[in-house]
Amino acid sequence: MLKIGVLALQGAVQEHIKSLQAPDVETVIVKRTDQLEALDGLVFPGGESTTMRRLVNKYGFYEPLRAFAAAGKPIFGTCAGLILMADRIAQEPQGHLQLMDMNVQRNAFGRQRESFETTLVVKDVAEDIEAVFIRAPLISSTGDDVEVLSSFNGEIVAARQNHLLACSFHPELTDDTRFHQYFVQMVRESKETAPEHTAVT
Amino acid sequence: MADRGTDRVKRGMAEMQKGGVIMDVVNAEQAKIAEEAGAVAVMALERVPADIRAAGGVARMADPTIVEEVMSAVSIPVMAKARIGHIAEARVLESLGADYIDESEVLTPADEVYHLDKSEYTVPFVCGARNLGEALRRVGEGASMLRTKGEPGTGNIVEAVRHMRMVQSELNKVAGMSKDELMTEAKNLGAPYELLLGIKETGKLPVVNFAAGGIATPADAALMMQLGADGVFVGSGIFKSEHPDKYAKAVVEATTHYQDYELIARLSRGLGTAMQGLEMSTLDPSERMQDRSW
Repeated sequence: MLKIGVLALQGAVQEHIKSLQAPDVETVIVKRTDQLEALDGLVFPGGESTTMRRLVNKYGFYEPLRAFAAAGKPIFGTCAGLILMADRIAQEPQGHLQLMDMNVQRNAFGRQRESFETTLVVKDVAEDIEAVFIRAPLISSTGDDVEVLSSFNGEIVAARQNHLLACSFHPELTDDTRFHQYFVQMVRESKETAPEHTAVT
Repeated sequence: MADRGTDRVKRGMAEMQKGGVIMDVVNAEQAKIAEEAGAVAVMALERVPADIRAAGGVARMADPTIVEEVMSAVSIPVMAKARIGHIAEARVLESLGADYIDESEVLTPADEVYHLDKSEYTVPFVCGARNLGEALRRVGEGASMLRTKGEPGTGNIVEAVRHMRMVQSELNKVAGMSKDELMTEAKNLGAPYELLLGIKETGKLPVVNFAAGGIATPADAALMMQLGADGVFVGSGIFKSEHPDKYAKAVVEATTHYQDYELIARLSRGLGTAMQGLEMSTLDPSERMQDRSW
């Protein structure tokens, strides 16, 4: 079995749990750092990134989450989760967890009244992914190791850097689970190529 | 192609607030304290409910200056209140760029018969409810988020508890009914039949439901989460307490870890005086805000 956690400090957790379902997947709601070790992959959900960052610090998640990424275990961040992962955030002195080589801009499409939904082409996933953008961030530029998976009106909205996956929108708010299942496949492959993880579970 | 103001976009915004605390603020300084403490949103007001109660008279939408001041002070979403049925106030708040509008019984209702047709707006709405019928009528009108009414500005949790328990027990009842019972139940509740069908299928409300109206302490917030709230609104509780910054942080933490009692004990220690609070029986029926809509 693959164990995939959803970081549950604040935000839309249950929706991710639902979209991650697969016969070989066991989902875990993660509220404490001691739950991380048994996991093969982790999702940072959407929510308020400032709130999440404060709770990450408060409960000592900062270093354990960085160690999780450094161990090569896959992480998927949506919206606020993407902001947590970025190396650099526009108009802020530094990024939060600084896991992915990219610059992001918060609330890049405007306030709630400018929020929208659309259909996107996502490389390696599908030509017609339903995407809900809510006060969404965008990726203004990426490093050489980062692969752009999707753009909307010329702006980058989904990207992958090896075992790290991030998007500006909320695939968890739709019934379309293909993007989550792409991540589940990343976790499968990572576990196969890193047999030492299997000993832990 | 980009579609704005769809149900998914409006309801999704509330989904992102789950597990969080939304705080009433009256200026930029309070808004920053709230954001610093980890609030997921702030409600920009001219006065907190306890002061509205004390001031009496007609309570209206806040001065746009206050809403704009708060919007420019913080990066978290900003909500604002419009009077029940006041189409113009709601449109004004939408034009200012408020992220969510509370069609609220805390303000003096503008229309005693009709609520707003909230489906017509791009901005999402939150509305109060005391029971399932009221909750589903608001969703039927287009509300994207619900909250218990409680009794605002009292610092007394008893009414919020009553409303949350009522909604939960009626939800469970509908979820357990057979399909042929639902039309009669829809008639009894005064709720749209289609929404009852949805509850029977999913076992839950179609939108997020927060607790509001009387939450004064970290333990109050934890209690409401335990009773099934998706998050909490704290109105007068924070900035009517002795140390608002400490209080705000403690309420946020208690909401996240509502079942960790040792933590809540630690959070509750030495917080200073909570807001004064009002006993329900001392309220004249005309002072009960929860009875202002239907």
